[in-house]
Amino acid sequence: MGEARPYRSLRTYLIGFALALVLTAVPFGLVATRALPAGQILVVIAVAAVVQVLVHLRFFLHLDLRTTPRENLLALGFAAVLICIMIGGSLVIMFNLHYRMWV
Amino acid sequence: MNATMTGVHEERAFGFWLYLMSDAIIFALLFATYLVMRNNLAGGPGGGELFDLSNAFVETMLLLVSSLTFGFAALSADARRRGAVLMWLGVTFVLGVAFVMLELREFAGMIAEGAGPDRSGFLSAFFTLVGTHGLHVSGGLTFIAVMMGQIVFKGLTPPVTSRLFRLGLFWHFLDIVWIGIFSVVYLPGGL
Amino acid sequence: MLGRLTLDALPFYSWVAMGGALVTVLGGLAIALVITMMGKWRYIWSEWLTSLDHKRIGIMYVMLALVMLLRGFIDALMMRAQQAVALNSDGYLPPDHFDQIFSSHGTIMIFFMAMPFLTGLINIIMPQQIGSRDVAFPFLNSVSLWLTAAGAGLMLVSLVIGKFSTAGWTGYPPYSGAAYSPGVGVDYWIWSIQVSGIGTTLSGINFIVTILKRRAPGMTFMRMPMFTWTVLCSSVLMIFAFPALTVVVSMLALDRIFGMHFFTNADGGNMMNYVNLIWIWGHPEVYILILPAFGIFSEVVATFSAKRLFGYPSLVYATAVIALLSFTVWLHHFFTMGASANVNAFFGVATMVIAVPTGVKVFDWLMTMYRGRITFHPSMKWTLGFMVTFVIGGMTGVLLALPPADYLMHNSTFLVAHFHNMLIPGALFGYFAAYMYWFPKAFGFTLDARWGTRAFWFWVVGFYIAFMPLYALGFMGMSRRMEHYNIAEWQPFLVTAAVGAVLVLIGIVCLGMQLYVSIRDRDANRDTTGDPWNGRTLEWLAASPPPPYNFAVVPEVRSLDAFHEMKQRGEAYRRPERYEDIEMPKNSGIGVVIGVAAGVFGFAMVWQIGWAAIGAGLVILAALVVRSSQEETETVMPAAEVKRIEDARFAALSASRREEVAA
Repeated sequence: MGEARPYRSLRTYLIGFALALVLTAVPFGLVATRALPAGQILVVIAVAAVVQVLVHLRFFLHLDLRTTPRENLLALGFAAVLICIMIGGSLVIMFNLHYRMWV
Repeated sequence: MNATMTGVHEERAFGFWLYLMSDAIIFALLFATYLVMRNNLAGGPGGGELFDLSNAFVETMLLLVSSLTFGFAALSADARRRGAVLMWLGVTFVLGVAFVMLELREFAGMIAEGAGPDRSGFLSAFFTLVGTHGLHVSGGLTFIAVMMGQIVFKGLTPPVTSRLFRLGLFWHFLDIVWIGIFSVVYLPGGL
Repeated sequence: MLGRLTLDALPFYSWVAMGGALVTVLGGLAIALVITMMGKWRYIWSEWLTSLDHKRIGIMYVMLALVMLLRGFIDALMMRAQQAVALNSDGYLPPDHFDQIFSSHGTIMIFFMAMPFLTGLINIIMPQQIGSRDVAFPFLNSVSLWLTAAGAGLMLVSLVIGKFSTAGWTGYPPYSGAAYSPGVGVDYWIWSIQVSGIGTTLSGINFIVTILKRRAPGMTFMRMPMFTWTVLCSSVLMIFAFPALTVVVSMLALDRIFGMHFFTNADGGNMMNYVNLIWIWGHPEVYILILPAFGIFSEVVATFSAKRLFGYPSLVYATAVIALLSFTVWLHHFFTMGASANVNAFFGVATMVIAVPTGVKVFDWLMTMYRGRITFHPSMKWTLGFMVTFVIGGMTGVLLALPPADYLMHNSTFLVAHFHNMLIPGALFGYFAAYMYWFPKAFGFTLDARWGTRAFWFWVVGFYIAFMPLYALGFMGMSRRMEHYNIAEWQPFLVTAAVGAVLVLIGIVCLGMQLYVSIRDRDANRDTTGDPWNGRTLEWLAASPPPPYNFAVVPEVRSLDAFHEMKQRGEAYRRPERYEDIEMPKNSGIGVVIGVAAGVFGFAMVWQIGWAAIGAGLVILAALVVRSSQEETETVMPAAEVKRIEDARFAALSASRREEVAA
């Protein structure tokens, strides 16, 4: 399977694990201690989640802009766009209704 | 022969990747529904009263460590050390079972308190989102068990390692979904 | 023991329902009897049902679609007949039965006629068009087929045991919830589309991997035939849109079975989220059906104009743009739900934007015909009929895309006329064109052109007479799905529409006659060259019907219209110096096992027979484990056998050339 196999080694898994650990501990710690106002904690949670997803993709799934087949990246990118459209669209539509029909 | 095996492996890996993208849409819509129904409590309990942050943290750690141990299994497969692959798959399996047990205990506790999925729209969405992830993990556990059987009986043949590679995609994908769950469900609910 | 299933489930309550059940049962028995008398069970099992050959799987898909077309069309005739007579009277159908009929008509036509027809055509043609010997995952292909068949089977079972849904083909809650639809009807709807929907997602994955990984050497993206391009876009829509259907229908099932509150009136349910979610699937679904038909029209127009397709790159980009935009317009199915003007306006504009790439396509087809040497083969007639009729439907669509206009016309027969005006010409005419165009490729003889032309005229004229009155009725204020009415001015229009339906019926009879006449005269209409229409794409390179491996030597592609170019260079029929062994998938009965188990699972979920559902689930799991443990899933056809088949092919080719010269 030679060159088609994405590069992986003990090092990548350990780096990924360490980063994921930090990115999990920070939001959990903030929620447990309430060190910041709620609004700011939500922002930290969101940023940490997005970064951690990227960390998993890079270090556990070994996605790489150079070596990963282009169609895999395209599929992932398209899925990401659609996820944004579907979640974002659903929230806009449904909360717009709440506002208008307020139950 | 070797060249076609690589081709087949690549095709299957890509096909499985497409399946994961399709599955990601399923979770995306479950997340959207959860957000839409977050405040539909119908007089029942909300996330603040129900969620146990330390339980969610332990679950998170179990899945994260299991991702790492699965990585060790994959590295052992690269090094063609069959015993080590089986050992690390076994560890991953145990961690996965522990995760499912914790989740079931949480669900059972909520249902016993009268906060089951039929209590309110919010709880329906919660149980369905988290439960779908739990079902996927259970499916992954079955997959791991089947792969351990195949490694024992067939050894690390090209079809088996190719399947092991796809199992890895699935397992890491489930951990990514879990990041969404603790960030959208448990952490904001605990605020 | 048997859950909700009792003897009361049998349709003794009405003669019409009993008649439907008897026709279904007797029809099934008659087919089984004929097969038994001819002693063909073994042949059918080993050559067809268990086959992993993409061409045979495709043919089975199309046969399923034609059977379901008949069933769905009978529903349509019954509705037209009811509305023609139901002025100030109840007609001949009780409301409950009428509601079942319009629900099953929509469900069948979308899920069990159009989808299998489409999937079948893709299966037969697409791999050959890209110069491949098979789809990427032949076994998965068989599983998809049998899941679709299981869903269709559940639909037919619902005619005999229990009742079907009365909630329309989209099953809106709260009416479809347990509180207002306590029977099994909605459950039949849920599980038949759930089972077949999973099959569709798997098909989509299979087609994408096939197109991206199995193209002949030299076939770059911009050398891919137009039909293959549309299949690629349609498959992308399948894998990204069908999950929405799976999710929303599962939630409805959870509401019904476990008393959850996703869409209930009370306890925090939100039925409007159902409408939101189902149209996230529903709108792309329309393009899943129509895009490949656009591809078919492109192939047909180019071949029968004897010209290169005009504006190929613009067609490719238009297809891709339509595919992406189809995910951004779903709210136009529920403008009246109460979103604010800004939100409605956004989705209205996005909807109208889709008309632009679609218009580009129509101009490309027209320009392809311009100064072409046009042959009026029946496929070309379907294409012309499509272009004229579809443009009308498109314009009524732009009208409906205006939210203020939609407030007046939504839920009226204007809408019914509009979407039939899109899907009958846009999808079905395309599939008929494909059926008549590629039939010789699948079976080795051409279809009778005269009966094909008759079928075309009855369909087109019947379509206009059946649906133009519905536009008018919509403006006159008639709601869709009315079982009876008391406005006398409507009746003449409804009688006219019923006459149109009868004309379409004659069109269907003509299709049957065409098949009969063509099979009877098949020896006179043999396609000995494999290229009956002077085709331009690779599927015409192989014999008709192609050998199991399609291509003895995988062709090399140097341009768009690869086969046309090969003929120009005189390289199309060059005999290779030597043949190689060819690997092919062995037949497998596991796909059938999974399909049957899925059907049993669906039936058990409908009637809430827990042990049967668990048992069927375990069978599916066991089947998958067994399949993944099989090592020898391929068989090798030795080079000598390939050479024997190919020698016979070249002998037939040179014989037909001699005939041509002599003539």
